[in-house]
Formats: sequence, C-alpha cells, structure tokens
Amino acid sequence: MTALTAMSGALRRRTVDATGSRRARFWVYGLLIAFLLGSAFPFYWSFLVASRDSSMLTEQIPPLLPGGNFLSNAARVFDSVPFWKSLGNSVIVAGTVTFTTVLFSTLAGFAFAKLRFRGRNTLFLIVVATLAVPTQLGIIPLYMAMSEFGWTGELQAVIVPNLVTAIGVFWMRQYTMQVVPYELIEAARVDGCSMIRVYWHVCLPAVRPAAAFLGMFTFMTSWNDFLWPLVVLNAENPTVQLALERLQSGFYIDYSLVLAGTTLATIPILIVFVVLGRQIVAGIMQGAVKG
Amino acid sequence: MTSSVDTDAGRAPSRAAPAPPPARPPRLTWRQRLSVADVKFSPYLYVAPFFIVFGVVGLFPLLYTAYLSLFERELLDFESTWVGFANYATLLGDAQFWNALVNTISIFLLSTVPQIIVAVAVAALLNTHLRAPTGWRVGVLLPYVASLVALGIIFANLFGPNYGLVNGVMEFLGFEPIDWQANRFASHVAIAVMVNWRWTGYNALIVLAAMKAIPKDVHEAAMIDGAGAMRRFFSVTLPLLRPTLIFVVVTSTIGGLQIFTEPKLFDAMPGSNNGGSSNQFQTITLYMYQTAFGNHDLGYASAIAWVLFLIIIVIALVNFLLTRRLASSGTEDGGR
Repeated sequence: MTALTAMSGALRRRTVDATGSRRARFWVYGLLIAFLLGSAFPFYWSFLVASRDSSMLTEQIPPLLPGGNFLSNAARVFDSVPFWKSLGNSVIVAGTVTFTTVLFSTLAGFAFAKLRFRGRNTLFLIVVATLAVPTQLGIIPLYMAMSEFGWTGELQAVIVPNLVTAIGVFWMRQYTMQVVPYELIEAARVDGCSMIRVYWHVCLPAVRPAAAFLGMFTFMTSWNDFLWPLVVLNAENPTVQLALERLQSGFYIDYSLVLAGTTLATIPILIVFVVLGRQIVAGIMQGAVKG
Repeated sequence: MTSSVDTDAGRAPSRAAPAPPPARPPRLTWRQRLSVADVKFSPYLYVAPFFIVFGVVGLFPLLYTAYLSLFERELLDFESTWVGFANYATLLGDAQFWNALVNTISIFLLSTVPQIIVAVAVAALLNTHLRAPTGWRVGVLLPYVASLVALGIIFANLFGPNYGLVNGVMEFLGFEPIDWQANRFASHVAIAVMVNWRWTGYNALIVLAAMKAIPKDVHEAAMIDGAGAMRRFFSVTLPLLRPTLIFVVVTSTIGGLQIFTEPKLFDAMPGSNNGGSSNQFQTITLYMYQTAFGNHDLGYASAIAWVLFLIIIVIALVNFLLTRRLASSGTEDGGR
C-alpha cells in the first residue's frame, strides 16, 4: 500500500515535470545558445576587424558584417613577419613533440599498467607526484643550459624539454589498465612475441583511441605554448605564437593587421577541431585530462 | 632480483617474477636467456624516457633554481656571488613582489570561482535530454582552440580604453566607460574574463562526465522521496561531484597561479613586461620573467620562482582540503 502511494507520488511528480517542461526546455536551449554565441563571438569579432580596416573601430556603432579586406590584410601579415616560416616551425615542433609524447607515454603506460617489475608502484607514484609540479618555474636554469649548448634560437630548444609529459604517462596507464586483457598478452608471449612486439601488436592497437586523443591534446598544447618559446627563440626563427606577439608590438597597433594574423593562426586549429571535435570531447569526458 | 632458491621458496612464493625458474633447470638456451632478460629489463626501458626527460628538464632545473636563488648572478655573466638568503630577504621587502602576489591571487579568484559555478551550471544544462548532445558539447568546447596569444590580442582589443567594443556597449547602455587597463581591479576582471572564456566549457565537460556517472537510481530514490529538481541538484548531484570538483579546482590552481600570457598581452604598451603602467596587473610569473630576461637578474628571479613554487604547493593543498569540506557540507550526512 505504501509502495503504491509512493509510486503515484512519483508519477504525479513526473507529470508536473512534463507540463512544466516546455518552458524548461525553452530556458535550457536559450541559455545554451547564449553560451555558444558568447563562445563564438571573439572569433567572429577578430575576423570582422580583419576583413575591414582599423577605422571601423572608431565608429560609434561598428558594422556587424564582414568587409572585403581580409585577403589584403592577410597578405600584409605575411609581409610584416616571417609567417610561413613560423607556421612551418610550429608544425615541426608540435608534430615532433606529439609523436614522441604519444610513443613514450604509450610505452610507459603499457609497462606501468601490465608489466610486473621491481619498484613499479614507487615509480608510478613519482609520476603522479610530478603531475603537480609547475615545471614552468624552472625556465631560468633551462635557459642557461640551452645557451650553454648553443641551442638558443634553434627549434630543438623548444622540442627537447617537451618530449614526454607526466599527464600523458598517467593517462595512458589508466587507459591501458582498462582495455588490454592479461590473457592477450600471455597468449602473445606463449606464441613467442618479444616484449616490444607485444606492445606493438597487442597494446598499441587496443589503446589507439586514447593515444589519438593524447596526440591531439599534445598538439594543441604545443601549438599554443608561449612562455618558453618566447624565452628561448628569437624573431628570426619564431613559432606562430611568437609571430603573433611580434605583430602586436610596435608604437601603433594596426588591429586589422594583428587580428588578421590571429585569424590565420586560428584557422588550422579550428579545422582540426571541426574534424576531430567529437573525439576530443569524448577524450576529455573519459579521461578528465587537463593541461 | 634474487632468484628464489630453495631456502625461501616456501616463504614468499606469491611475489615471484613471471618467469623465475623455481629450481634452476640444467641449462637455458641462449634464446630463453634472452627472453628472461627481455621480461626483466624491458619495463625499465619503457618507463626510462619519461624519467630521463623529467629529470633533465623538470626536476634538475627546479632544484638548480633553488640553488641559484642563493647567488647574485647576471644573465650574461659567468661569475656568481654567494649571497645566502639575501635575495629572499630583499623579496620580503619588495613592494613590487607583494603587488604581483596580490594581483595573481585576485585574478586567480576572479577566474576560478565564477568559472566553476558556471561550468557546473552549463554541465547541468548539457545533462538534460538535448537533441544532438554531441554537437552541443563540441560547441561548448570551441573557445579551447583559441591560443592564449590570439586570445590576449583579441581581448585587449575588445577591452580597449578608447575604441573597445566593451566600452562602446557600456556607453550605449548609459554606463560610464571604464579604463580596463589603467584601473587595477577592472584589469583583473578583464584578464579573468579571458581565462574564464577559454576554460569554462572545458571544465563543464569534465563535470558533465561526472554527472553522467551518477547512477540513475539515486535520483529516482530522491524523486520518490519527493525532492524537486532543485533539491535533487543540491542534495544529490553536487555532493557526488565532489571528487571532480576537487580535481578541477586543484588543476586550475596549479595553472592559474602561473598565469603569464594573458597579462603580458593585455598591456596597452605591447612587448612590455610591466603589467600595466604601475604594475597594476603584473603577475608573479610575469615579474619573474621581467627580472630574469628584462633586468638580467637571474639570482633574484630564481628566488621569485622558488617562492611561487612553494605558494602553489601550499594553495593547492589548502584548496584540496577546503573543497572537500565545502562539497560535503551540502549533505546532511556529511557525504558518506
């Protein structure tokens, strides 16, 4: 009897929810759309300014539709800074760092998750502890070391410190534990696979989704890195972010020029995002990784 | 690894490695030996790259920073003079350092607190039955693709004192325009807006993942008990999000206290490291950068770095404890 009244109570509650739901849905969608508009606006604004000339900024009510000057402003970006070179540099740096991070992280993740060796737990504890270490604060000795090697101004100075990250190792270990069964590893061992072949043929195919996400995440982080490249590279051999910063410095800021630069620099990442957005979202939600 | 000989074979059989011969078979072939070595040493080989890289570019520089902070050392100089804790003593009396510390914490609070509240709200919106849920999630993450430099440039323009869009809108609505760069608090708000804009959607997805993991029957039980949607949110959802919120707060602490790019690019005088004409939005990392690479004072900059390091560790711990308490006070039974 009591169960019955509880049931009817729940039912009543549900119908109340249903009648109020149209207004509720209106609010849910309305608020989300507002949030998305707010998210997209700065991108649109920078394209808007880049497609006109800076005089639009002085107008009382700025125009809200793009003009036709984007290509000429973009051309001026290429004249003002070595933009092609900076794009190439960023691709080299982010590409290399992504490759090594994924390789070393999957290897270490495999070892920590599935292999037994002395000191494993202690070593993994160290990895976890290093997650919280702000390595950015070590740039002074790092800079001294780089000038000792004569690497300042060279791309390897930006690549080498970022070959592998703690978050990568940590995340691949968690994922490998979940998806690679011990039976499969043992079967491969019985069949005479060496360890490295077990990694290559058993582990790597199984962790591919996580590795792909780690790769995208690393690429974006590296592409956007600013402080360390600013310290160790120079204006002749910049990454994209340094070229952008360079555009903005000067006595008079021509915003159509500068924002044409930011738009150009955002387009490649935006394309990656549009193509792989689903996987990135899935990766964030699965692993709750934060950089 | 001591291969288990007959003396302790009975005592610790469970800890044996994958392939240790219990009693040595007469002779191992060359291939078998290779295989044993493979099992024994491969794991170390696989984890080695991380430890080597971290040791060389992470741990060593941090320790060397501590060592360097005890010296007087110029950037292009090879001579360093031992000064003991003099750099730290100077730091304690350095008004610019305290100013930078207050700025950093102020920007950090302005960016973390609203960000987490909005992220939880957005996650709650995303957790309703939406059409095309993945599309909305991707949309929410959009700001994450903006690089910090692009972001800094765009927002410096939007918050520009003379022709900035934000002031234009405010004037249009009948408010007094604000000099977002000159006014100390306003500049902190503007920088916090940049941080929030980029990270709120990202954190909303993390919170959403945690919300999805809450079992349905907990909600149903609360519903049968007569709890409304609001009540269910505050008494069921929020307490169960505790571990995730701790994670989000601690990670934003570690990142937020090192904030550098946003204040550097927000400066009305591009290329400057001052953080505004009177350092009104100079953060500690920016001050460290200026000291090391603008003023070439490596010893003093190292002291700044090391103090910031300690502050980050302490605040991350405090956050951890505080969030644990705050998130548990929502429930009558203290969470468990």
